[in-house]
Amino acid sequence: MKRIYLDHNATTPVEPAVLEAMLPFFSGEFGNASSIHTFGQRARAAVETARDQVAALLDARPQEIVFTSGGTESDNHAIFGVIGGAGAAPKHVITSVIEHEAVLNACQALEKQGVAVSYLAVNREGQIELEALRAAIRPDTALITIMHANNELGAVQPLTGIGRIATEADVYFHSDAVQSAGKIPVNVKELQVDLLSLSGHKLYAPKGIGALYIKGGTRLRQFFYGGHHQRGFRPGTENVPGIVALGKAAELARLSLSEDATRILALRDKLEQGLLARIPDAHANSTRVPRTPNASNITFPGIEGEALIISLDLKGLACSTGAACSSGAVEPSHVLTAIGLSAAEARATIRFSLGRHTSEAEIAAVLEMVPAAVAQLRQLSPTYQPVPANRR
Amino acid sequence: MSTELQLDSLPVAAETKPGMVAVAMSGGVDSSTVAAVLMQQGRPIVGLTMQLWNQRRLPELQGDGPAQHRCCSLDDVYDAKRVAQHLNFPHYVVNFEEQFEERVVRPFVQQYLSGRTPIACTNCNTDVKFEPLLRMARQIGAERLATGHYARIRKNEATGRYELRRARDDSKDQSYFLWGLTQEQLSCSEFPLGELTKEEVRTLARNVKLPVADKPESMELCFVPNGNYVQFIHAYVTERGTPISDAEGDIVTESGEAIGRHNGVHNYTIGQRKGLGFAAGKPIYVLAIDTKKNRVIVGEDEGLRCASFEVEGVNWISIAEPCAPLRAQVKIRHKHEPAPATVEAVAGLRARVTFDTPQRAVTPGQAAVFCDGDTVLAGAWIK
Repeated sequence: MKRIYLDHNATTPVEPAVLEAMLPFFSGEFGNASSIHTFGQRARAAVETARDQVAALLDARPQEIVFTSGGTESDNHAIFGVIGGAGAAPKHVITSVIEHEAVLNACQALEKQGVAVSYLAVNREGQIELEALRAAIRPDTALITIMHANNELGAVQPLTGIGRIATEADVYFHSDAVQSAGKIPVNVKELQVDLLSLSGHKLYAPKGIGALYIKGGTRLRQFFYGGHHQRGFRPGTENVPGIVALGKAAELARLSLSEDATRILALRDKLEQGLLARIPDAHANSTRVPRTPNASNITFPGIEGEALIISLDLKGLACSTGAACSSGAVEPSHVLTAIGLSAAEARATIRFSLGRHTSEAEIAAVLEMVPAAVAQLRQLSPTYQPVPANRR
Repeated sequence: MSTELQLDSLPVAAETKPGMVAVAMSGGVDSSTVAAVLMQQGRPIVGLTMQLWNQRRLPELQGDGPAQHRCCSLDDVYDAKRVAQHLNFPHYVVNFEEQFEERVVRPFVQQYLSGRTPIACTNCNTDVKFEPLLRMARQIGAERLATGHYARIRKNEATGRYELRRARDDSKDQSYFLWGLTQEQLSCSEFPLGELTKEEVRTLARNVKLPVADKPESMELCFVPNGNYVQFIHAYVTERGTPISDAEGDIVTESGEAIGRHNGVHNYTIGQRKGLGFAAGKPIYVLAIDTKKNRVIVGEDEGLRCASFEVEGVNWISIAEPCAPLRAQVKIRHKHEPAPATVEAVAGLRARVTFDTPQRAVTPGQAAVFCDGDTVLAGAWIK
C-alpha cells in the first residue's frame, strides 16, 4: 500500500540533503567538539557552521543560539531559566490556554513552586487578545510565554504586538516557535522576542535536536549543570550529527521557505475547500486568522475522530486528532475546547498537516478517501442528523 | 504437555466469515493468542487496545517508580503493539476512559458505598467491550469482535438463538462475566480460546514466539492497584470532592446485640471472616451490611446460608424468558460451584431463585448465572 502522510505537524521525514550532511559525523568525523585535536576541531567547525545557519533562519546572532535536545527542553530551559534568574521576590508568568504541554505543564510546575500564572483565553479563531494580555501584566510579571503557531489549528499568534507590549512593560518574552519555524518567517528582531524555541524534527531534521534562541543580555539561571559546553548555557557533549542536521535543515528552510509556503498553501486550500464542498456540515477552524500554510483543522459533526483516523490509516492515509498520549490513544484536546468547540465537536475534529513533499496526486486521493470514510461513519453514527439545508 | 500443538491443527470456527475481525487486545497472553489464531486462519484482523483509565489520576495510589502490571499501563499497551508488529497486523489504541469511568468505575464505587459487592468485569464486558468497543470495531470496518475470553458461543439452529456456553477449560471459564451480552452482541462476537486450555494457549503462544508467551497473568481488578479497593474508593471519592465519612458504627449480631465497632461499612463484604477486629470462640462472618443504620451484621456460618433470593436485570441468553418455573444450576459468584435450583421468572426482568440446598453468602451486587450443563441460560444481579 502506498501511504499518504498528512501529519507533518507531528513530525517530518529527514530531508535527504540533511541526512547526507549529518551522516559523516557519526563515524568518520566522530570527534568531540570540545577536544583540542584535529578530530575535535573539525567537529567544532561543523557545530559553529550549524549555529550560523540556525541564526540566519531567525535573523539572530550565532552566539544567541543554544542547541538542545528539542522543543520541550528549549521551552523548559526558557521558562525555568527566566524564573530562576529573576530573584527571590514573588513572580508572575503570563501564558495562553492553547500552549503545548511543554509550556503548560512547566507553568503548572511553577505554580506548585508559588509562582502565579495567568492563562490567557483565546477567541474562536484561536488567537489571544492583545488587550487581555496588556490587562494581565502586573508589576511582578517576569515572563510572557506565548506560542508562535498552534500545533493543532495552525493559528498564528500576534507576536509582533505581544513583543511590543512585552518591551514596553520590560517583561521577558518567550515564544515556542516549534510549529512556525520553516513554515512562516520567524524573525526574532521583528517579533521582539527574548527567547524562542525550535525543534529539529518539525523542519526535516531528526528527532532529538532542537535550539533555543537567547537574546544577548537575557538573565537566565543555569538549567543543566556539567561542563562548559555552549558557554555553560547547555552543558553536555554536543550532539554533533544532530546539530549539523539542524543547521542544514535551517538553511534549506530559509532558502525554500517562500516557495514551499506558496506551493503548500495552494495544496492546503485545495484540500480544505474540497473537503468542505464534498462533506455536508463540515467546517474548518481558525480560517479567519493568519495560519501556517500547511495546516487544516476540520470538524466533521457526527463522527468520532478516533474512528476516522483509524479507518483512514487502514486505507493508507495518516492524519491526526490534536493530541495523543504516550499510549497512542487520543486525548481530549484542550485547544479545541478553548476555541469553543463542544466535547463532541472536539472529538469530531481532524488535523491534516501537509509537508514539503505533499503532491497534487496525494491531495486528489485524499479528496476521494476522506468524504467516503466520513459518510460511512455517519451512517453508523447513533447521533448524526444532517443539518437541514435551510439552517446551514 | 501438548508441545506438539500447532495453530493450524485447531478447528476453524464454524462462524468464520470473510470480513475483518477486530481483536480486543489487553497485551496479555490470551488476547495475543487470539490474534495469532485468527491470523493462522487467514482472516484479516485489526488489533484494538482500550485505554480505560488514566494512570496519572489518583497519584496517592501509585507506589514509587513506574506503574506496572495494571490495566492501561504503558507496558501492556506496548506489549500489544509488539505482538501486532511480530505477527504483522494493524493495531490501534482507542480511548474509552470516559465510558469506563461512567459505566464501570463510578457504579463500582457507588455499589460498594451502598453496602453491595459489585463485579466490575461484568459491567466492563457488557457496557464497554461489547458496546463502544464493538461499535468502534464496526466503524473502522470490522464485522466481528474477537476477545480472549474463555467461553463459547454456539448458534442453536433449532431456536435461532446464540447460546453462551462454558469454556472447555473449566478452571478458566469466564462465562460468569459474560451473561450480560445480548443476542446481537453474541452474533458478532468470537471467543477463539473457548475450546482451549490455558496450557494449550501458552503452548500456542510459545510456538509462534509471541513476545508475551510467558507473561504472568493479571488476577486483580484492573484499575485498582495492588487489589486494595478500599484505598481506591477513598482516593476516588476524595478526588471527586465527596469524601466518604468513615463513620464508625456498630458490629451487631443477628439479634441486634452490639459486639464491636466498624470503621465504615464499605470496608466489609458479605462472607468476610478476617479483619473483623475481634476474636470470637467460633468463626464469625459478615452476614449483611445495613447502610441505613450504618451497621455490619455478623454471625455464624449457618447464618450465611440462604435458600431463596431475588435477582433483577435478568438477561435471557440461550433461551427466551420461560413462562413456567425452570430447573437450573445456579452460580452465585465466580468461584462458586453451580448448585441445583428452581428459577421462576417474575415480570420486570426479575426472577426468584430457590436452591435445593441453601448456599453460602448470597451477596447483593454479585451476579447469579443460571446454567443447564455447559449452557448459560441467563444471568442477573443479586438484589
